[in-house]
Amino acid sequence: MNLRLQDIHLPLSEFTLKVDVLLKGRVTALFGASGSGKTTLLEIVAGLRRPASGRVQLSNSVLTDAGARLSVPVHRRDIGYVPQEGALFPHLSVRQNLLYGFTSKPERPAALSFAHVVEVLEIGTLADRRVATLSGGEKQRVAFGRALLAAPRLLLLDEPLAGLDLPLKERLLPYLGRIRDEFAIPMLYVTHAANEVMALCDEVLALDKGQVWFQGNPQEFFEPSQTVSYVVRAKS
Amino acid sequence: MEETFEITLFTLGVAALGTFLAFPFAIGLAWLLARRNWWGKSLIETLVALPLVIPPVATGLLLLLLLGRRSPVGSFVENTLGLEIIFTWRAVVLAAAIMSFPLLVRSARVAFEGVSPRLEQVARTLGASPGKVFATITLPLAARGLVAATLLAFARALGEFGATVMIAGYIPGKTATLSLSIYHLVQLGRDGEALGLLFWSIALAFGAVWLGEWFLKRRAS
Repeated sequence: MNLRLQDIHLPLSEFTLKVDVLLKGRVTALFGASGSGKTTLLEIVAGLRRPASGRVQLSNSVLTDAGARLSVPVHRRDIGYVPQEGALFPHLSVRQNLLYGFTSKPERPAALSFAHVVEVLEIGTLADRRVATLSGGEKQRVAFGRALLAAPRLLLLDEPLAGLDLPLKERLLPYLGRIRDEFAIPMLYVTHAANEVMALCDEVLALDKGQVWFQGNPQEFFEPSQTVSYVVRAKS
Repeated sequence: MEETFEITLFTLGVAALGTFLAFPFAIGLAWLLARRNWWGKSLIETLVALPLVIPPVATGLLLLLLLGRRSPVGSFVENTLGLEIIFTWRAVVLAAAIMSFPLLVRSARVAFEGVSPRLEQVARTLGASPGKVFATITLPLAARGLVAATLLAFARALGEFGATVMIAGYIPGKTATLSLSIYHLVQLGRDGEALGLLFWSIALAFGAVWLGEWFLKRRAS
């Protein structure tokens, strides 16, 4: 990805979110304790929130420029978003959920065909079920599939495994790896689980009270000296 | 008997038409109140709730002043649009619409607030325009609440009396609804006939409210 978050500034109730970074990872982990501003940053990228100042640029297209009062509407950003709870539409069938954002645009990558996405995520047998009958893991896989089928330029995943129990997390993690490898869509992945970062991500952006305190690769991030620094921050 | 039938049918008709006219405005306002923050919102909230708490005859008097022939609005409607309102069936419909409006707005707002904004946000990230999100996510998910709200407003419109008597008066065969007729018959000492109308009045209101509750409690199929 090539996501430039330039001088993003947004006062929140407890602190001010201040971010000025260029993200280049295939999958970038947005790491930090609860309430450190991760979700807010994701919402700014998605266009669901506007920063007080700053610019958001994805490759060559400027999505937000607070100074120029520019904000591309959410539905024209081509940025997929999977929240923690998946947020499947309860009144639609699994198939209708999957096809909600599906458009047959000419630039659509062949890998993002309905058949292929459904196959990679192993959700073909669920297509005619109602959302209410799905298990937690199935719901999350359908939510990934729905976001992918809209052929996004960037996928935002907000702690997609956080609400699930440990065995289920371990079963779902490989699906996220497959999404990364099969579809080549860059991802911004909010998490505070070290194993997920190590398994999926090639870049880490760590936030604490709205400020970036680390940007680099996961190996550096989890070096003992950094871990001590993180623990000290978490306690302070 | 034939007269009872006509009065009941007329009441059903004006209540339905009143609710129908109030519906788009009430739904629009309820959505704005549930989903947007805007300047003057609390003032509008209070104004909309007023017909619920001020005496209906006071609302009726206000409407009479507003739409009377000597008022600018009244003379515009009558002379330019060619519509006679005061003391016609249109006044009955107007009273029904205005008196059921606050109830419709309040219940519809609750219905919209029951839809998770997260679902609407996700729909937008999937490329849906605000209009498509409203039509395909918000409206279907709020539908049961909206139907219940509409039936409750319809029940309120069926029983409307105070504002109606002010702006429509009791004119047999022209503006006589169930509630106006009951009052008129009791005044004349014709209690037996009034009881017949009372039965229909209760039966219709009961049916509307019961149906509304049924819609609300019905599990999503």
